[in-house]
Amino acid sequence: MSMREYMLGNVAIARGIIEGGGQVITGYPGTPSSEIVDTLSSIDDRDFYVEWSVNEKVAMEVAAGASMSGVNSVVTMKHVGLNVAADPLMTLAYMGVKGGMIVIVADDPACHSSQNEQDTRRYSQFSLIPGLDPSTPQEAKDMIPYAFEFSSKHGIPIIFRSTTRISHGKSDIELQSVNKEKPQPDFEKSVERWVMIPKHARIRHPRLLEIQKDIKQELQDSEWNNLKINEESSFGVIASGISYVYAREALDRLGVNASVLKIGTYPLPDDLILELFDNVDTLLVVEELEPFVEEHVRALAEDKGVNVRILGKTGKNGEYVPREGELNIDKCEKAISKAFGLTYAEPSLILESELKLPSRPPAMCPGCSHRASYYAMKKAFGSDAIYPNDIGCYTLGVQGGTVDTTLCMGASISVASGIYQAGEKRPVCCAIGDSTFLHTGINSLLNSVYNKADITVTILDNRVTAMTGHQPNPGMGKTATYEDTLEVSFDQLCRGLGAEFVEVVDPYDYDSAVDVFKRAKEFEGTSVVISQQQCVIDARRAGIKRNPYTIDEEKCTGCKQCVYFGCPAIEFDASLKKARINSMCTGCGVCAQLCKFDAIMEVEK
Amino acid sequence: MNTNNKLDLVIAGVGGQGTILASDIIGNSSVLENLPVRAAETHGMAQRGGSVINHVRIGTDLGSMIPEQGADVLLALEPVEAIRYINYLSENGIVVLNTKPVYPVTVTSSDQYPDVSEIINTLKKKYEVYPLDASELAIKAGHPQSMNVVMVGAVSSYLPIGKNRLEECIKDLVPPKTVDINLKAFELGKENISRLIETSAKKP
Ligand SMILES: Cc1ncc(C[n+]2csc(CCOP(=O)(O)OP(=O)(O)O)c2C)c(N)n1
Ligand code: SF4
Ligand code: SF4
Repeated sequence: MSMREYMLGNVAIARGIIEGGGQVITGYPGTPSSEIVDTLSSIDDRDFYVEWSVNEKVAMEVAAGASMSGVNSVVTMKHVGLNVAADPLMTLAYMGVKGGMIVIVADDPACHSSQNEQDTRRYSQFSLIPGLDPSTPQEAKDMIPYAFEFSSKHGIPIIFRSTTRISHGKSDIELQSVNKEKPQPDFEKSVERWVMIPKHARIRHPRLLEIQKDIKQELQDSEWNNLKINEESSFGVIASGISYVYAREALDRLGVNASVLKIGTYPLPDDLILELFDNVDTLLVVEELEPFVEEHVRALAEDKGVNVRILGKTGKNGEYVPREGELNIDKCEKAISKAFGLTYAEPSLILESELKLPSRPPAMCPGCSHRASYYAMKKAFGSDAIYPNDIGCYTLGVQGGTVDTTLCMGASISVASGIYQAGEKRPVCCAIGDSTFLHTGINSLLNSVYNKADITVTILDNRVTAMTGHQPNPGMGKTATYEDTLEVSFDQLCRGLGAEFVEVVDPYDYDSAVDVFKRAKEFEGTSVVISQQQCVIDARRAGIKRNPYTIDEEKCTGCKQCVYFGCPAIEFDASLKKARINSMCTGCGVCAQLCKFDAIMEVEK
Repeated sequence: MNTNNKLDLVIAGVGGQGTILASDIIGNSSVLENLPVRAAETHGMAQRGGSVINHVRIGTDLGSMIPEQGADVLLALEPVEAIRYINYLSENGIVVLNTKPVYPVTVTSSDQYPDVSEIINTLKKKYEVYPLDASELAIKAGHPQSMNVVMVGAVSSYLPIGKNRLEECIKDLVPPKTVDINLKAFELGKENISRLIETSAKKP
């Protein structure tokens, strides 16, 4: 009997890992990849090991070690995570693996939740590690068992590239049976194999080049690539990954006949591309982000002296398919029409509306401790100070004046040091979340202390990795599967790194927080303020209940002091000229401490 | 129930309103109806009170994203968000709209929130619009958070899915303690819309 279930792309991938016999699964959270490990770690009855590692490099190495021991491993991350893990990746290609190892990387075209939209397929080419690029959540699931087998057979890891619309798309999914046969761990010592000193690396590099031919052939023949020749048409379309379903539907909607090559693997299937060349005059390459397939197709045409008009993102004919953002059916219809000389009418607005819509950027939750930390920080340091920032929920405070830079995870402290070392005389106070500090902030703090940067480092310790969906981290004393484990002490950790001024404060206690920040500012050298208060979402889940607050209309003078705090639960009634607290209040009590007229008080139950 | 077996639905709202649960109920019940279904959802950053849009495509086996002017129905959990995503709706499309606004964070937005009646009138210029105060109905059902399920009830007659299937999925997907509230919410949404459709049919 067939089993169909409606599931999220990432849940389908997790199911693929189970069906394929995954044994060690690691990862560091990052949208849109996090739900893969979230799903696996929430299964109680599991016969695999799963962990949240402290960063992507570490996650990659743990998975690599497992695979060296001969078991099937997976590491998951978002696209920028692969930059952090690129060091082990590049040499792992030389070294190779024993058990199947899948590197799952989720790209985010259009930067829905990311700081850039880099294209992971470039890493596949760069490292000479083969890649898979699914077109639907179903295919994503089905590719995983194949990937384990492929990887262990060829002794090389395989990159599995998802994108936001695969990972966060939902679909009815046909399930397959679970592979119960799993290899036993057995690390075989072999210095030539596992010790990449120059002498051995020089041997492994040619081996890596040698196996490329077999890899290419086997991927070419796999079911993930597919060529459909249309005898009646001289048009051709090559579409990779998710772009295939957009292009397919766009062709149908336009009623255009064309030969279509679907791409799902890298290296690319040259024989299929050559066969397509033989059948078309004009060829459009449809892919998201980089002209990765296109460059190869152009080079192949050049090499074989083929005379086909190739269109895509580059070349003398100009841009048909955009190089930035994500694709969709509309963009594909436009590109196909333009490429094949059809008239295309841009969908015009049906409804001309004069209404001006208020923008609705995401914001920190009512009662979020980060907002309170920022308010106290700004009070002590002033608007003149420089505030390098990092990546997490706290970056959502960008409107409030305490987020001056965001580069990549962990960079707040190092950028702050750089600003100080440049000779900038204004005070520098940076902020970094607990998970981000443990990810790549530790080394930056060490560097700052060691090189005597006179800055203040704020660790916004909300006791969880919130932004990516509230994953546990070493600061919480819980593992991915919510087992108890050592709870790292930020205070001791920072002292161990050499920091002499380290103070812990509760940001809900406004006066104390301002006082600590003031003293940190005066301290000469790197000072650390650990601003500690649980994320309100997590607190609610843990059953912590706080009474909401309310504003006494009689006492409220309409001064807006509380409104400036920026809590979404505080509204201002313009006609009454009074502030009001709505039902979203979570009872942090900070606004009450800011009101000069004692107009805000707790609603006692 | 729509017997065409194919429907493209856009669900618009604000992070935290439960758009994902709404599309999950519809997606899961499509599978029970043996229909292929695809959905694209906003997860991550925008979920923190930002503007969110979900696409649900019943009866398709291709991509999850609805082209512009391709949606049959727009289910808006918030009035301004209906206008924001209106260009996804096809010419003969239908708008089912919750009339209760969620105001964006005051200090960061200098823009004014338009009048809800103005929003409805603007939509009515081109589309069939069914406005209802789903937030009020949710409170009547027993909890303000069941607003999303009121809206699923409201849109249910346009879906190619039987009522019992939808109810089955509601029971499966909402927290066990809130099943009765949510079934009531579904019913209230459904009733209210039927009444609106009836009265609009009587009008010349
Ligand atoms: C290299 C890299 N990995 C992962 C991410 C995704 N990511 C963004 S913020 C964040 C963690 C935030 O946690 P924390 O610092 O504790 O702040 P919180 O969201 O809890 O306030 C992660 C993992 C990223 N942007 N870059
Ligand atoms: S989820 Fe937690 S950390 Fe993130 S904005 Fe909300 S309260 Fe703040
Ligand atoms: S107590 Fe004040 S600041 Fe805190 S959540 Fe309630 S309204 Fe917002």
